[in-house]
Amino acid sequence: MKLKNEKKKDALCTLIAIAVMLVVLIVMELTMKSTSILFTVLKKGMIYALVAVSMNLLNGFTGLFSLGQAGFMLIGAYTYAIFSMPTAVKLGDTVYKYYDCAISLELGIFPALLLAGLFAAVFAALIGLPVLRLKSDYLAIATLGFAEIFRAFFQWDAMGPVTNGANVLRQYKDLTKVKIPFTNIPFPPTLFCFLVAGICIAIIVLLINSSYGRAFKAIRDDEIAAEAMGINLFKHKEMSFVISSFFAGISGALLAMFQYTVQAAQFKTAMTYEILLIVVIGGIGSVTGSCIASFLFIACNEWWLRFLDESSNNILGLNILRSGFRKVVFSIIIMIIVLFFSKGIMGEREFSWARARAFFRDPFGLVSRRKKPAVSEEVSGDA
Amino acid sequence: MSETILSIKDLKVNYGGIEAVKGISFDVEEGSIVTLIGANGAGKSSTLRTIAGLVKPASGKIIFRGDDITNCDTNVIVRKGITLVPEGRRIFPDLTVQENLRVGAYLRNDDIFADFQWVYDLFPRLKERTWQPGGTLSGGEQQMLAVARALMSRPKLIMMDEPSLGLAPLVVRGIFDIIREINAQGVTVLLIEQNANMALKVADYAYVLETGRIGLSGTGKELLTNDDVRKAYLGS
Repeated sequence: MKLKNEKKKDALCTLIAIAVMLVVLIVMELTMKSTSILFTVLKKGMIYALVAVSMNLLNGFTGLFSLGQAGFMLIGAYTYAIFSMPTAVKLGDTVYKYYDCAISLELGIFPALLLAGLFAAVFAALIGLPVLRLKSDYLAIATLGFAEIFRAFFQWDAMGPVTNGANVLRQYKDLTKVKIPFTNIPFPPTLFCFLVAGICIAIIVLLINSSYGRAFKAIRDDEIAAEAMGINLFKHKEMSFVISSFFAGISGALLAMFQYTVQAAQFKTAMTYEILLIVVIGGIGSVTGSCIASFLFIACNEWWLRFLDESSNNILGLNILRSGFRKVVFSIIIMIIVLFFSKGIMGEREFSWARARAFFRDPFGLVSRRKKPAVSEEVSGDA
Repeated sequence: MSETILSIKDLKVNYGGIEAVKGISFDVEEGSIVTLIGANGAGKSSTLRTIAGLVKPASGKIIFRGDDITNCDTNVIVRKGITLVPEGRRIFPDLTVQENLRVGAYLRNDDIFADFQWVYDLFPRLKERTWQPGGTLSGGEQQMLAVARALMSRPKLIMMDEPSLGLAPLVVRGIFDIIREINAQGVTVLLIEQNANMALKVADYAYVLETGRIGLSGTGKELLTNDDVRKAYLGS
């Protein structure tokens, strides 16, 4: 009984927290300048959080070490850009300068987002057939290879009528084109990112906690035992791979909306490594860890460490601060994190209200630490 | 009572070019405890893994309750009612005890609540540790969990691959008591063991495997008093 009450209380706390967060976001968007760096960090952080969680579903919960995330984001971003671009733009020569666009279909924002996920999922299902028979490092290399193949394929000249070759895609429906339904008032863009990515992450969390999620974790822990329990290994691996890629595709589409232009050259292996870094720093097998790490990563990369790149900040005439120095400091921070939090910020744990309450009652064990000597003093005094 | 639940006919299994099982045939009666004993490399584990569908046989037939399951996938075989307790326990270390049990019941769509009660009654130690990750249990508790997990699929035939491996003698005795208990509740048991003494004491019928072939067979008591078996496996 007590456990059930506790659960209800926690669920209520979560709902209130989410509601408060959304209200704060709305107020911020209404009052602050929309060009503020804070919004950039929040938007990009949420998009990266989604792709990091989708990668965690694969690497942390199913035990499949895959490095194809950027490839699936690429597919999502291109699918979204191509299908949401107004037909008039496609027929004109502002975007498709050297090719005649072969796809005249124009979709709304939500159908295009969904299609972006579905396309990524279909590609994942196809390459999953051969690739998922491999294990550990071999799987990583194969997925990495496929991601590179996607990039080359999308830049290929013969694909020009569809993908515009190696040229930039733009003038599709970006974040500023999102309207509040049935009106012409623009939808707050940060709120939009949070809602879409938040719903996707919630779906992944529900999946992880379902019986399928348990089967994924069983496969991660021990493949042979999982198979002996009647879990069809290939079917479940393929399922995890396809679902993960679906959400990577959606986050790619959100990224395309966020940055107004899309070019295949951006989705390099380095991007997968950034996501992998977020997953590792957050904790492999922790959804909350991935989310926290993603915001920290983006904030450091885009905001907090920017001052290190400006040579005008140099003191004493030393020429230490210059463009690129940020990356040096960033690498050192990452090394420190890896040394002191070898399992990432959250390890394998998730955020829980019980632990949060315990933390506020006694942050870092300060209270209990202070109490102990007092007790021993009393004892010695008695003696 | 004495109906044949599982019958193996001239089973041959190859492992990477080596003939591990060279044509064996045996039957398991419903409601009995049958044991295969033999030295390392005699082909005991290969036989069990083949019955469970983890390895495909080179030739031969496996018939379970009248159905030919020779080339079925493991999930089909588990659904039909055969579950393997793999060698070396192989519990899921990062899942809690309860999650381990739930994975055991993965293929079932009916209510599993009564079965939780059942396995917790069989293994009260597990009930105390419901929320503990499997990896933090002791060796004996992990073996209990492995057996309990297999029971959660409600098998008609449970196959155990060396349940006494690496356990203290007292714990081993506990495991064998459990095997008797499970059997008394109507589950047929196919057991393979190196601990021939214990295995033959609980077994209704036993087969001795020697390098991929069945040498001797007989009731547990017969083999316990057989001179060849005593010399080779019981050390006296």
